[in-house]
Amino acid sequence: MHPKRKRNLAATVALLPTWFAAIVVYIGTMVWSIRLSFTDSTLFPSSNYVGFAQYAKLFSSSKWIASLQNVLVFGVLYVAGCLALGFLLAAALDRKVRFESAFRTIFLYPYAMSFVVTGLIWQWMLNPTFGIQASIRSLGWESFVFDWVVNRDMAIYALVLAGVWQGAGLVMVIALAGMRGIEGEQWKAAQIDGIPVWRIYVSIILPQLGPALAAAGMLLAMGVIKTYDIVVAMTNGGPGSSTEVPAKFIMDNLFGRQNLGLATAGATVLVLGVIAAVAPFRYAMHMRNRPRGAA
Amino acid sequence: MASPHPNGPRPARLTAGSIGLYAFLVVAALFFLLPLYTMVVTSLKTMDEIRLGQIFALPATLDFSAWATAWSGACMGTVCVGIRAGFWNSVAITVPSVALSVFIGAINGYALSLWRPRGSSLLFGLLMAGGLIPYQIFLYPMVRAMANINLYNSVPGIVLVHVIFGLPLVTLLFRNYFVSVPEELCKAARVDGAGFWRIFFEIMLPMAVPMVVVVSMLQFTGIWNDFLLGLVFAGRDNLPMTVQLNNIVNTTMGERTYNVNMAATILTALVPLAIYFLSGRWFVRGIAAGAVKG
Amino acid sequence: MQSAVSVKDLKIAYGDHTVIEKLSIDIAPREFLVLLGPSGCGKSTLLNAIAGLQDITSGEVWISGKNVTWEEPKDRGIGMVFQSYALYPRMTVRKNLSFGLRVAGLPKAEIEARIGRTAALLQLDKLLDRRPAELSGGQRQRVAIGRALVRQVDVFLFDEPLSNLDAKLRNELRVEIKKLHQSLGNTMIYVTHDQVEALTLADRIAIMKDGVIQQLASPSEIYHRPASLFVAGFIGAPAMNFIEGSIELKDDGPAFVSKGLNVDLAGYAFQAPPRGGPATLGFRPEHIALDGAAKGLPTLIGRVSVVEPMGADAVVWFDWADRSLSLRVMGDVALQPNEDIAPGLDIAKASLFGADGLRL
Repeated sequence: MHPKRKRNLAATVALLPTWFAAIVVYIGTMVWSIRLSFTDSTLFPSSNYVGFAQYAKLFSSSKWIASLQNVLVFGVLYVAGCLALGFLLAAALDRKVRFESAFRTIFLYPYAMSFVVTGLIWQWMLNPTFGIQASIRSLGWESFVFDWVVNRDMAIYALVLAGVWQGAGLVMVIALAGMRGIEGEQWKAAQIDGIPVWRIYVSIILPQLGPALAAAGMLLAMGVIKTYDIVVAMTNGGPGSSTEVPAKFIMDNLFGRQNLGLATAGATVLVLGVIAAVAPFRYAMHMRNRPRGAA
Repeated sequence: MASPHPNGPRPARLTAGSIGLYAFLVVAALFFLLPLYTMVVTSLKTMDEIRLGQIFALPATLDFSAWATAWSGACMGTVCVGIRAGFWNSVAITVPSVALSVFIGAINGYALSLWRPRGSSLLFGLLMAGGLIPYQIFLYPMVRAMANINLYNSVPGIVLVHVIFGLPLVTLLFRNYFVSVPEELCKAARVDGAGFWRIFFEIMLPMAVPMVVVVSMLQFTGIWNDFLLGLVFAGRDNLPMTVQLNNIVNTTMGERTYNVNMAATILTALVPLAIYFLSGRWFVRGIAAGAVKG
Repeated sequence: MQSAVSVKDLKIAYGDHTVIEKLSIDIAPREFLVLLGPSGCGKSTLLNAIAGLQDITSGEVWISGKNVTWEEPKDRGIGMVFQSYALYPRMTVRKNLSFGLRVAGLPKAEIEARIGRTAALLQLDKLLDRRPAELSGGQRQRVAIGRALVRQVDVFLFDEPLSNLDAKLRNELRVEIKKLHQSLGNTMIYVTHDQVEALTLADRIAIMKDGVIQQLASPSEIYHRPASLFVAGFIGAPAMNFIEGSIELKDDGPAFVSKGLNVDLAGYAFQAPPRGGPATLGFRPEHIALDGAAKGLPTLIGRVSVVEPMGADAVVWFDWADRSLSLRVMGDVALQPNEDIAPGLDIAKASLFGADGLRL
């Protein structure tokens, strides 16, 4: 046998389980699901193809439309909130403060907990009868209102609040690592030039953190599309459909309502959403990594 | 006051800037700590005390009965056995899942970075894409397939699912680690006559111990905190702690016992929090490494 | 005599990109061969191919009279030392040295004996129980050399072994490697981009560029009679001076003509009978002399721009016509910028290259 093939045989064999996972599990089940989305499957899979009927049904479902709107609002605010708060925290910690590691530990610990735990904590904090609202009212401010979890118009912001509380620490860690990686001499040069500290962060540090922050934003955005646990724990989609999200819509139709065709159509749309979200980012990375001159 | 003739170290000054800086940090710290504080004090109160609506007040007396109830008596629907079973289920699911996924992921990372057999970049691309795609698209066919091989609703079944879905992240982390290992190390070992497995076990794995620890912690927290996969694949007898916690809190009949709920919530968060507080920088390193994928 | 290492018609390509095209070289037993060239010239690739660490597209590799083209590295009878040392970080020095022997299943006593000998030779005795992280750069590289030595093979391969060391250590280890070669008498193939290493260590130097050997000769031959413009410009610091011009065949013999300069080439040893046409004259800084005019040499009248004293000697940069030329003088020569000088050129030691860049 040719030496190269013999040598790489062990490596090839070692990767076989992963090939199996990639091809059979990832690709295989995805193709299967997408196929189901074109059938009229309900409790059991059927092979009666109905074209795009499930998709038409999906997009005429007010609950699905509400889910999409909710996840969009949640996603934009959650990602923006995490990035902004995370960057501010990182910039503050970067100023050689005392107790830096204690502060960092405090800002990051929520990230170690599950979404279910986060959802339940904030459900309790925002409980209108016994929570923050009741506490403040008992101090004498009788008209104080902080009833987001039970208020149709505000429930989605309660999710954002809980989400940012959990995720800002991640951005902080990434941004801080990026700041520490920046050449110290840039700081010296900027100080000699007499540039104010805030200006250094905005004009010099922030642009250099671009790729790291983009990666963090990307990671958070992926989480947004998968948002499920925190909603189930905190609001279970309510009040009404005010916090329904696509992932939960799919799960409900998959296992609760036995509506396989509709659920797989929804899942397919989610996958397309991920591709739409990732493609520009990957393209940008690709262009950036390209050797110069190879236009 | 200020010396007319500057000499020696410049006197430290308390500027508006540094006051603002610490004020911001302290307020932020309060925001992050408040829920933890609330959770702990609530779990130590009696229901009568909770009904006073003073969520931030310290408990009058320390009452650990809610913790005992949460551990061994809290009700999920009509079954009142506490979250204890969920804890042991989570242990039974998480430990083998972490061990297997880290082991396979380490081999993957090593093979993909230092050996690169034919198709490596395709496989890596597939894994990364798979890691991005929402689980919902895999779920139903996975359920059917697992049922076909009699692994649905079983611990081995949920472990297999965790290992499969954990591979992208673990492989990525190990690949990034081994890519930074000088290729010459592998060459030197080959001149010394070592092959794929011997180089892995005798040189690369001992070297990657810190990485193994970091990835294991990351995987442990991730799998312990999982809700969706446990809900779908574990089966009623093996539900992990997160799912049982949600059932205790959100499917109660009759009056809600908030102190028990919070005690159960703390218990569920305890394991990942312990890992986080005890490991400190390692955990931070792990999520930083996991986040900066390219 | 049989070659120690022989490479025949070697070709290495990645898809359309050819790194090495049809390269052949024979290395004699006990020879110290240095592969020298700029980065990306294929010298490391060639070394890796000899070691069996690089897949080749076509051709053959023979070591000690055996065709090892398809053999695993361990079966080729080679030891190798790497630039990054490539010590196994979690193993002690002893374990690092013995790893290959243990893999090969040698008896314990034999392993111990070999490690003892090697450690004594390289003064590693006191370091045997340390980890690589506890060693200095120079110690690490000695361990790496030791790892090659314990294999007791005929051919040692060095891949830029000194590049990661600082200048002082580099000089010390260079001498050690030379002593090692003199005492062991093994065949050594040594890759470097450092010409000082090449000139001091090699029996023969192979200068490579774009995967092709430009010249394979002794250091002295390479320095004094470079085969091409590339070799001439690559070797020597400061670099050789070049003047473009042309060769004219006159009644009294060939001459090099350029911008008012007219050099009689009677003293130049042509490879082949000279022909007229464009040519480049090259001469090293030490081959023009300040007192040249007195000796009746052709002179280059110029003005000093910069003087770089280097202790033992000094380099004088002067402007001649539209270019800056260098001249090496004794360290105590007192020259000032803007001084006019008229150094003389020793044509017997100069080099002439044709329009194709090859030596005339």
